[in-house]
Amino acid sequence: MSEKVLMKGNEALAEAAIRSGCKMFFGYPITPQTELAAYMAKKMPKIDGVFLQAESEVAAINMVYGAASAGKRVMTSSSSPGVSLKQEGISYIAGSDLPCVIVNIVRGGPGLGGIQPAQSDYFQAVKGGGHGDYNLIVLAPSSIQEIVDIVHDAFDIADKYRMPVMIMGDGMLGQMMEPISFPDADEVKIPEKPYATNGTQLKRKKNIVNSLYIEPSELEKMVFERYERYKKVEENEVRVEEYKLDDAEYVIAAYGTIARVAKTAIEKLRADGVKVGLIRPITLWPFPKASFENVAGKVKGILTVEMSMGQMVEDVRLSVNGKCPVDFYGRTGGMIPTPDEICAALLKMKEGK
Amino acid sequence: MEKVFERPKSLSDIPLHYCPGCTHGIIHRLVAQAIDELGIEGKTVGVAPVGCAVFAYNYFECDMIEASHGRAPAVATGVKRALPENVVFTYQGDGDLAAIGTAETVHAASRGENITVIFVNNAIYGMTGGQMAPTTLEGQVTQTSPYGRDLKTQGHPVKVCELLSNTGGAAYLERVSVDSVPNIKKAKAAIKKAFQYQIEGRGFSLVEVLSTCPTNWGLSPEEAVKWLRENMIPFYPLGVYKDKGAENND
Repeated sequence: MSEKVLMKGNEALAEAAIRSGCKMFFGYPITPQTELAAYMAKKMPKIDGVFLQAESEVAAINMVYGAASAGKRVMTSSSSPGVSLKQEGISYIAGSDLPCVIVNIVRGGPGLGGIQPAQSDYFQAVKGGGHGDYNLIVLAPSSIQEIVDIVHDAFDIADKYRMPVMIMGDGMLGQMMEPISFPDADEVKIPEKPYATNGTQLKRKKNIVNSLYIEPSELEKMVFERYERYKKVEENEVRVEEYKLDDAEYVIAAYGTIARVAKTAIEKLRADGVKVGLIRPITLWPFPKASFENVAGKVKGILTVEMSMGQMVEDVRLSVNGKCPVDFYGRTGGMIPTPDEICAALLKMKEGK
Repeated sequence: MEKVFERPKSLSDIPLHYCPGCTHGIIHRLVAQAIDELGIEGKTVGVAPVGCAVFAYNYFECDMIEASHGRAPAVATGVKRALPENVVFTYQGDGDLAAIGTAETVHAASRGENITVIFVNNAIYGMTGGQMAPTTLEGQVTQTSPYGRDLKTQGHPVKVCELLSNTGGAAYLERVSVDSVPNIKKAKAAIKKAFQYQIEGRGFSLVEVLSTCPTNWGLSPEEAVKWLRENMIPFYPLGVYKDKGAENND
């Protein structure tokens, strides 16, 4: 690990990507991911990398598709409205079994929405924002150090399963500064990519990167095979933080930024004698179902807290499957629930109101 | 016996799906011949469009990528930036390049992206059954301009070479036709030159090829060639629209 440095989330994410062997970045300006692209613009030319500001998010994600086809580690970043524009390309990347990393520094929506932190793109990220049967691996860090560690893994996981990986943050994680250290650079191992369209050199048969299968049985076979891989991802790649669950009578479910606020609420509630724990999904897909199944029969209720009108709460309910009550508290549009609001919502649940 | 005519190595040995009389087959052959003659098949990466040429990834005997509708120049940009030593081309129709993909086309040209674009203009959407294209001529009847293209309500046809000739990054732009043997020879030379310019690192090159669509024009192959000659060439004049090599006198 490197020495501790103080960095903004967006910049730390960019630096971590470069240290993970990502030498290609394509983006389009949007708030609040600005510092990420600016960092890439400054750094990439110095390391023989590529920074290209595309004419649109649509073009940027298709440049990612091209670079991933060529066998390179590649990343793009944007924020909610821009990520909506990328969905066509993301569907093609998933349908062509290509690895890449897509960053969404989520802001309030719908439409142009706002620029303040939000989590209202959960459905888009987790349920497939583009067309067709596919999944992204969705990672939701909640600190700058976790961003750094997760970016490193994101490229490895993307290559391992030949899948696009999305890192979901928000303006708060992107803009705030925390002390961090980077993993050592010599840990980077980029696997061989025999599928890459990088010229046959007259030494092998031609490669085709494609998501078109005009025979329905052939397309179905491809999707079946992809879902076998997804099954392995669900078996191997679930990440979750379980916090103070041992004696918990109530559980808060929260991810990313708001999970940190929830921890403060938990300390306050425990000081008042209310035994509360936290389940913090780090992978939003694959969703940590088992963590919720494990507590469902034991606790009196689960409060899901999100910076949205309630999206992850549906996956919590599916995991719990009726075994305990699941309540929801959320603020949206860039508003952030305070610890006191979360305490009040939990006490309300406890009192059965 | 001496062989005087054969399939180019860079053209796959499988039947093409194109309609009888369609000139895509000729254009495919010209592209493959250029790749063969320049000896670049081992380092060429092609990008296929959405439209009639969607299966081009099966037809060219080099690494191929299938792009989404209109995005081929962006995909090619990603490949070329990743692999600057490789030769990267796109093969696109008029709807793909001049309607849904206009932004990608204009900006790839403006950046001087060192790629080669083969633009097949047949003034109609072929694959979806003959709708009005951005290049459909005034008065031309299509499925979605059943009373003939009306400039007042349906706008003017887009002249791609003329439009791109104003971009700083375009190194070579030429419009050719495959309606006659002399014109096919000129088209072949233009396509080869476009690839040659890329190899020399001069920047963006595009060859617009006027092509026929007998099926959706409702004409026999012979009538279609005549229609192209009498209607398309007067509106889309053949010739070189930009040649940085000639300008620089090198």
